[in-house]
Amino acid sequence: MTDLPRSTERKLGLVIDLDTCVGCHACVISCKGWNTVSADNAPLSDFDAYGPDPQGTFLNRVHSYEVTPEEGGAAQVVHFPRSCLHCEDAPCVTVCPTGASFKRAEDGIVLVNEDDCMGCGLCAWACPYGARELDLAAGVMKKCTLCIDRIYNENLPEEDRVPACVRSCPAGARHFGDLGDPDSAVSRLVAERGGMELMPECGTRPVNRYLPPRPRDRAVKGSLENAAEDSARPSGFLGWLDRALEAL
Amino acid sequence: MARPEPRPSPPVSDEVRRTTCYMCACRCGINVHMQNGQVKYIEGNRDHPVNRGVLCAKGSAGIMQHLSPARLRAPLKRVGPRGSGEFEEISWDEAYEIATGWLKPLRENAPEKLAFFTGRDQSQSFTGYWAQAFGTPNYAAHGGFCSVNMAAAGIYTLGGAFWEFGQPDWERTKLLVLFGVAEDHDSNPIKIGIGQLKARGAKVIGVNPIRSGYNAVADEWFGITPGTDGLFIGALIHELLRAGRIDLDYLARYTNAPFLVNVESGHEAEGLFLRGEDGHALVRDRRTGRLVPYDTRGIRPDLAADLTHDGARHRAALTLLAERYLSDKYSPAAVAERCGIDAARIRALAAELARVAFEEEIALDRPWTDWKGERHEKMIGRPVSFHAMRGISAHSNGFQTARALHILQILLGSVEVPGGFRFKPPYPKPPEAHPRPHGHAAPGKPLDGPHLGYPLGPEHLLVGEDGRPLRIDKAFTWEHPLSVHGLMHMVIANAHAGDPYPIDTLFLYMANMAWNSSMNTAETIAMLTDRGDDGEYVIPRIIYSDAYSSEMVAYADLVLPDTTYLERHDCISLLDRPICEADAAADAIRWPVVEPDRNVKGFQTVLVELGARLGLPGFVNADGSPKYRDYADYIVNHERRPGVGPLAGWRNPDGSGQGRGAPNPDQLERYIENGGFWIAHIPEEARFYKPWNAAYQEWAVKIGLYDSAQPYVFNLYSEPLRRFQRAAEGHGPIQPPEHLRARIRTAFTPIPDWYPPFEEELVDEEAFPYHALTQRPMHMYHSWGSQNAWLRQITNAHKLYLPAEIWEEKGFEEGDWAWVTSAHGRIKVPVGRMDALNGKTMWTWNAIGKRRGTWALHPDAPEAVKGFIINHLIGELLPPRGDGMRWANSDPVTGQAAWFDLRVAIEKAPRGEEAEPVFPEIASPVGRGPGIVRFGEAFK
Repeated sequence: MTDLPRSTERKLGLVIDLDTCVGCHACVISCKGWNTVSADNAPLSDFDAYGPDPQGTFLNRVHSYEVTPEEGGAAQVVHFPRSCLHCEDAPCVTVCPTGASFKRAEDGIVLVNEDDCMGCGLCAWACPYGARELDLAAGVMKKCTLCIDRIYNENLPEEDRVPACVRSCPAGARHFGDLGDPDSAVSRLVAERGGMELMPECGTRPVNRYLPPRPRDRAVKGSLENAAEDSARPSGFLGWLDRALEAL
Repeated sequence: MARPEPRPSPPVSDEVRRTTCYMCACRCGINVHMQNGQVKYIEGNRDHPVNRGVLCAKGSAGIMQHLSPARLRAPLKRVGPRGSGEFEEISWDEAYEIATGWLKPLRENAPEKLAFFTGRDQSQSFTGYWAQAFGTPNYAAHGGFCSVNMAAAGIYTLGGAFWEFGQPDWERTKLLVLFGVAEDHDSNPIKIGIGQLKARGAKVIGVNPIRSGYNAVADEWFGITPGTDGLFIGALIHELLRAGRIDLDYLARYTNAPFLVNVESGHEAEGLFLRGEDGHALVRDRRTGRLVPYDTRGIRPDLAADLTHDGARHRAALTLLAERYLSDKYSPAAVAERCGIDAARIRALAAELARVAFEEEIALDRPWTDWKGERHEKMIGRPVSFHAMRGISAHSNGFQTARALHILQILLGSVEVPGGFRFKPPYPKPPEAHPRPHGHAAPGKPLDGPHLGYPLGPEHLLVGEDGRPLRIDKAFTWEHPLSVHGLMHMVIANAHAGDPYPIDTLFLYMANMAWNSSMNTAETIAMLTDRGDDGEYVIPRIIYSDAYSSEMVAYADLVLPDTTYLERHDCISLLDRPICEADAAADAIRWPVVEPDRNVKGFQTVLVELGARLGLPGFVNADGSPKYRDYADYIVNHERRPGVGPLAGWRNPDGSGQGRGAPNPDQLERYIENGGFWIAHIPEEARFYKPWNAAYQEWAVKIGLYDSAQPYVFNLYSEPLRRFQRAAEGHGPIQPPEHLRARIRTAFTPIPDWYPPFEEELVDEEAFPYHALTQRPMHMYHSWGSQNAWLRQITNAHKLYLPAEIWEEKGFEEGDWAWVTSAHGRIKVPVGRMDALNGKTMWTWNAIGKRRGTWALHPDAPEAVKGFIINHLIGELLPPRGDGMRWANSDPVTGQAAWFDLRVAIEKAPRGEEAEPVFPEIASPVGRGPGIVRFGEAFK
């Protein structure tokens, strides 16, 4: 059983815009690509990679849901990227029997020390978001690290010191920053757009926020007036045209 | 306890090599991180004009494509029967000897007996040059089944089209309307653009039967019934005209709306423009009432003109357009049911278009001068933009639908203005500035000119004196006169039928014609393996080049293995399909960031070698020695016109030339230093109004896009279309065959007029009441995705997705299977429910289904067992009409494959284990992929 820090200096996390996410999976694969070559951790393996039942480890996945508005109207589709939310009350940490899972006091990132992880899977059971995956080849638990080996990495240009998923997202639907600082760009975005906690009822106090889809199918209304009394007929249109040209 | 450092800062890689992605057709810049000489990680190049640092799932998964177990390893000679997949590996020398042994006699005796067609080729200016030097008229790439309707309608109307030809003004547009967009086209730029729009609260509207991808994030969705977009657009135009919400100043200045059309019934010039002695179209100047050339400085062209000249009545083209679209046929109420969209919503969309265009006008303080010498103090913008692709294109009425969409853009005054739709160099380029098609073959000679071009009238068709088509695909014939990209989808069927003539060798590159790239796949496979009475194959020889063990490989007699995209040279050229932006001209290269570890060669290098061995002009020196060492050598040293070559950047030996200049032996090094691309920004005063902007025209000449200024006006009324229509009415010496007259009269209206898709007209609507579509997932491209260990974990199984209306009517339940039947065929597939659909339309992901034994997949992989393609339901020919003729299932104007016209019926089937039809397993020339992939282990 592992302790959580009482508070963290910063609350680094992601803000994911569900109004803009087109469901392209760019974040899924750039995450996989970066983290499978990450210096300190085991690769993210793929079992049965070309076979009937491929099973690989991913730290981030995108799910698509269909929603039919209760008030009527056409069904809508929402793309929902899912990864570790770096909870303040992270049940995956407190359940860990070896101390391998921990939350950093300096920035709030929840990590797994793979040397100490025995692959028992308790943390994955404890996580209500399904954000952890046991790597079948390495036998250790894998999860989003917020690309800790990118965000402080002085071998990367400063603008690239963001998680791989944020760096790659074509639609700009993913934002990274300090959600503990009310003046940070991500906090302002959350305030402007009504950013939500995921499943607050679980009491995990996630750091990541989701920006809800804007209302759909309300953008256009009304109709145009006739330009002239009978402009819906070709003859009337020609009369209008002549007058309009004179007035030009 | 080895907790990570508080601020870990590990080395990322030894070196970054910047090249161009080829995981789809988007051509983004990528940074390839190398460690110990191996590819470690791929990310987007922030400096690159296409993707500006971002990268899609395909791009990030490029490593898995580069390391794919399906990579071919050596040239292959077929040893079993066609389709068996039994090959032996041979040397390149033997492969070249076989190929030249087949091709040399053809060139000497009958060059047209070679049909050379390329698929997702990004080197068409080179492959076309090779085919022209060989002398066969039978060359094209895959545009005929992709989006030629879009390209041709754009060029004939605007002098440019969507995607590579132009883009929305992402920075300024306030309303974007997407019609039937294919998510693999311009993928990252559209996502970046939608993100930009969303960030500043601009609206996105989707018109698409399926609400996925971009349509899922659209603020407003119109779930249109397939094939009716032309009616829908017509109704929007109807509304704008009725309300007088059109940009009269723009129409008068920049379009042929004031041109005077001869409307005198039976007159020899009926339907043509009134022209002066020098051929210039005339307009009536409202100030003086006189007829003057349209481009006279200072005039006020009369858009309402109706006058008699030389005894014939003439009317301004705009008035004819108004008559067409103000007719009751195009009222929102009249189209609503057929389109599947409420009339009130159509009216509301028209009102929104008008509101944003005219009430949210943009005025940039940027003086500019037009080609007539008139100075304008401001650039006025109408911030409504559109984008469209295959959903409009892949119908037999797609050309005229795309034209109608462009007319809507023009009426709103929103093309080449701030906030609207903008061209990317080398566009704008009107049809007149393009070449005409060429197809006259002669033994031992190169072709008489480039294969593909833009006909302006019947005199440009490729039809022999006996009326016989010159090309195997019947492009540029009366069946589809403006088939400016050819008809790749007809090549195998026509070659098999010997119609219009038999061929000897079918030579294909990167086109999976034995699977997802053909309509009528099952029968196409039969044609490829069919034997004549003499026991020989009806299509005698097939050469195929591909990098991977695709379905088509098994049907080749000789396989030329290509490299992966990280192992090759390429140029993304201004002569071809460049990567320009609206504000800049740009081109790019690929270069071998790693050398192949197999006995494979870049296909273009193979063509260079074959060209030399065959002694083709342009490929050998005067003494017969090879002119180019390889494709890289060609890229640097070939000159299409003096000083203009495949790459525009760093020309002249000192690198000083932009667009024009002598070859520079260090050119590729300069590209590599610059991140793999070259970019030249357009001067600020030249960035809008490009077709009419003197500064743009001057800049375009300077960098070699044109040799002289090419100002022109947009074609609301298309005179080239009218010329074909007039021929069908009996005018002129070149006449269509009788059986095509009526169709040409209907399809070639100079102002678009919607007609129902052909298949819909021919089949019994009660028997086949529904539409079936395919689209590609954003994370896969064509059939390539399934060999990718990462991408196939996102999608390796799919269903046919049915709307609630059909699901409930037929009583389907989760886990059910269905028989889906068309006039052409029948498939058995798993089904699923999706409510965010047009109520008459079902759909599935394209190219997930694979043939057993291909792509190095396990034969029990879901792709091979439950995966399916609906191509079996789609004929390359229309259902028989009882007239004994073969009618292509194609647009009558362009020959675009009409695969979205498909009509189907659906019934519950017994639950199954396997999608049908089932094909026998193909022997894999590359074996199967490994069980476990632990990519990254080598770098720990």
